[in-house]
Amino acid sequence: MWYELSHDFIFNIIGLQGRLADAVHFFFYDTIKIWFLLLTIIFAVSFLRTWVNTEYVRAHLQGKSSLYGHVGASLFGIITPFCSCSAIPLFLGFIQARIPAGVTFSYLISAPMNNEIAIAMLFGLFGWKVTSIYIGFGLLVAILGGFVIGKMNMEKEILMDIKPIETELEADLVKLSIIERAKEAWDYTYDIFKKIYLYVLLGVGVGAWIHGYIPTDFIARYTGEGNPFSVIIAVIMGIPMYSNAAGVMPLVEVLTSKGMLLGTALSFMMAVTALSLPEALILKKIISLKLIGVFFAIVGSGIIAIGYLFNIIL
Amino acid sequence: MKIEILGTGCSKCNELEEKVKQAVGKSGKFAQVEKVDDLQKIMDYGVMSTPALVIDGEVKSTGKVPSIDEILAFL
Repeated sequence: MWYELSHDFIFNIIGLQGRLADAVHFFFYDTIKIWFLLLTIIFAVSFLRTWVNTEYVRAHLQGKSSLYGHVGASLFGIITPFCSCSAIPLFLGFIQARIPAGVTFSYLISAPMNNEIAIAMLFGLFGWKVTSIYIGFGLLVAILGGFVIGKMNMEKEILMDIKPIETELEADLVKLSIIERAKEAWDYTYDIFKKIYLYVLLGVGVGAWIHGYIPTDFIARYTGEGNPFSVIIAVIMGIPMYSNAAGVMPLVEVLTSKGMLLGTALSFMMAVTALSLPEALILKKIISLKLIGVFFAIVGSGIIAIGYLFNIIL
Repeated sequence: MKIEILGTGCSKCNELEEKVKQAVGKSGKFAQVEKVDDLQKIMDYGVMSTPALVIDGEVKSTGKVPSIDEILAFL
């Protein structure tokens, strides 16, 4: 409905024609749609998360079996907030509660990958199918990645000595009234939106230009079946782009519609969110370079495997 | 009264410090405001998401910057 409305507006009321009209319509339609989805999805997620904070997750995961720990930590990663500036206290807090390092890594992989901005952008640009594939395989990487790191006995690579808490932590959900929750969720949504709306505008703008002006075979040649290394290149390119996920995703959508393979696109987006250079630099204060290397290598190869898998089966 | 702001130097921690100072000024109370970036101390409070606000040894908020009105209610 919004598609027809905006189409009508650009073509009949403003009276643009041809390629320019196509590009302008695409820009207008996509920007408004994504802004709307970002606001609703971030609000919904932050509303839910007013019940669950990281302290709750920690208490909940304390003393659980390995399987429950990895799966639970990955699932909690979807709903709880994650900011790379909190990575250290979070990491230490988990270790302090005697949660195994592997389970902690499951959480550290899942939380940034399944953040609400990425989910909202994916949903708006690619629809629910690709979004579910992204979340599902993201969880798989988090569960398996954390499991493998746990099996490698990396405990000595943690550079800080932390006194474990002996007592059992109590898992209490946050108590607030519904109105307070809604207010907190709205404050958070507004805060995030303020930070990213321009990136969305920019990303969609460049996307609209590509959509209107760059020929399809050009993109297909470099990012489609013609290039067997596209997945690996995409993952490496994704690493430094963390803070711009909102701006990068609209470009990926356009590239996909013009012939980039979906597996390559998925790998790229997962690399953008899960492998973040600033996070690695922050973690370097408390874990050894070796462990950071292992963390990146395991997550990176998992993401690359997913990319090739999808390029083959789709 | 002793107010501690726990955080490892992210931009939100500075934002919280600024708001706490304004809130203290508004309340007219006397309070000592201190920034804590020692990880061991932050862990001792059981805080895992920064910035966190601690008043007289009691954790009041974690992982967000409360509004000035909310901070006033804590004081």
